Amino acid sequence: MNQETEKQPRSISELIAIIEALIFVADEPLTEKILADVLEEDKETIQIAVEELINEYKQREGGLQIREIAGGWQISTRTEFHEDIRKFLRTRPSAKLSIAALETLAVIAYKQPVTVPEILEIRGVQSASAIKTLLDKRLIVARGRKEAVGRPMQYGTSKDFLIQFGLKDLSELPNVEDFEDLTVGI
Amino acid sequence: MEQQTEQLIFDFYTEKPHIVRNAHEEIKLELGKFAGPLDLLLYLIKQEQANIFDIPIARITDEYLKYIRLMKSLDISVAGDFLVMAATLIEVKSRMLLPRESLAEIDEEFEDPRRELVDRLLEYEKFKNAAQMLYERSTVEQAVFMRGEIESDENNLEVSTTVFDLLGVFQKILARHKEEIQLEIEREEMSLAEMLKTLKKRLFSAKELNVLKFFQEMNSRRELVLAFIAVLEIVRTESVKLLQEEIFGDIILRKQ
Repeated sequence: MNQETEKQPRSISELIAIIEALIFVADEPLTEKILADVLEEDKETIQIAVEELINEYKQREGGLQIREIAGGWQISTRTEFHEDIRKFLRTRPSAKLSIAALETLAVIAYKQPVTVPEILEIRGVQSASAIKTLLDKRLIVARGRKEAVGRPMQYGTSKDFLIQFGLKDLSELPNVEDFEDLTVGI
Repeated sequence: MEQQTEQLIFDFYTEKPHIVRNAHEEIKLELGKFAGPLDLLLYLIKQEQANIFDIPIARITDEYLKYIRLMKSLDISVAGDFLVMAATLIEVKSRMLLPRESLAEIDEEFEDPRRELVDRLLEYEKFKNAAQMLYERSTVEQAVFMRGEIESDENNLEVSTTVFDLLGVFQKILARHKEEIQLEIEREEMSLAEMLKTLKKRLFSAKELNVLKFFQEMNSRRELVLAFIAVLEIVRTESVKLLQEEIFGDIILRKQ
């Protein structure tokens, strides 16, 4: 422990470099808390360092970006280069969700925790297969049973949902009331 | 919004049913694109360019039923939820036909029979648009790539280990083998030397030994064989004789 206290404090540029390395090796978006714990720095210092790191990336205009996803930071390629990357990786975009699955996911994302009958009420159509697809893809998770008649299962979105849809957290979803499309009438 | 216009390619006001049938498969796909009865209803309202707050319910109901008939004629199984909506539309339509009281009462008490349907449509449309937003987001996300997997103990099937780990494992295996050998020795019961010793002891203390009885004392085939060899051995090496005093009588081992 003595060695720890005697250790020279890191310079901010050193800290930024270490954070960059950690975000690079992490499999999942790296949270402020984990960075603070591993590096034994307070969260404010981490926050300042990450912001500086993100700025460096922006100024450099390189092939990579650091984004805030699912409550953490992640290094990824910039969208502009997807065609060349796909050519190199020889991959095609993965199968898209059906309209039914997307609608069901939207209802769950905004109304969570929500039960199957509540989803039916909004969509006007049974959503069983859509829910199964979403569970299989780990975009939604069961959130316990509702204390109501029949104790129906409630569903909510998962961390994978945030990652796959590039969201910081659920509050980053646009307000659902803004989706009211008044062009239908008048 | 591009997605939505795509959906509108099939216009069944201009397309005749028989033309539709010619392009069976293609149209089937278009029809299947409606995510539910509310989706279909919204489409019909837009098609009619009607005000959602003042739906021409009779006309929309007719179009809706026409559509369901078309789906049936194309052998598309019509989900029960579409039929529920048809019933709702007919109910609203019939309530609209009921005579209304004087206009004065309308302000206070009269509730438009279409009200609930409109609320549901507006609520549904929000989520339909939210789904569109999610679709766009996921499309953007598909253009973003993370780094490839880094080799770690979890995803690497090869053993990551040092020479000392290997030595440790090797010693464990050796130890296990030793235990097994010890077990085998226990099962072996007796060696030839031991058998010979036993035989000598018996013979030298009693001067004489009935071979048949000695053999009968043996517990296993192996002991029996050892006993037989021991007898032969003792005859060869020691001054003992095998005697049979009468025909078919017992054979006696006697020390001289």
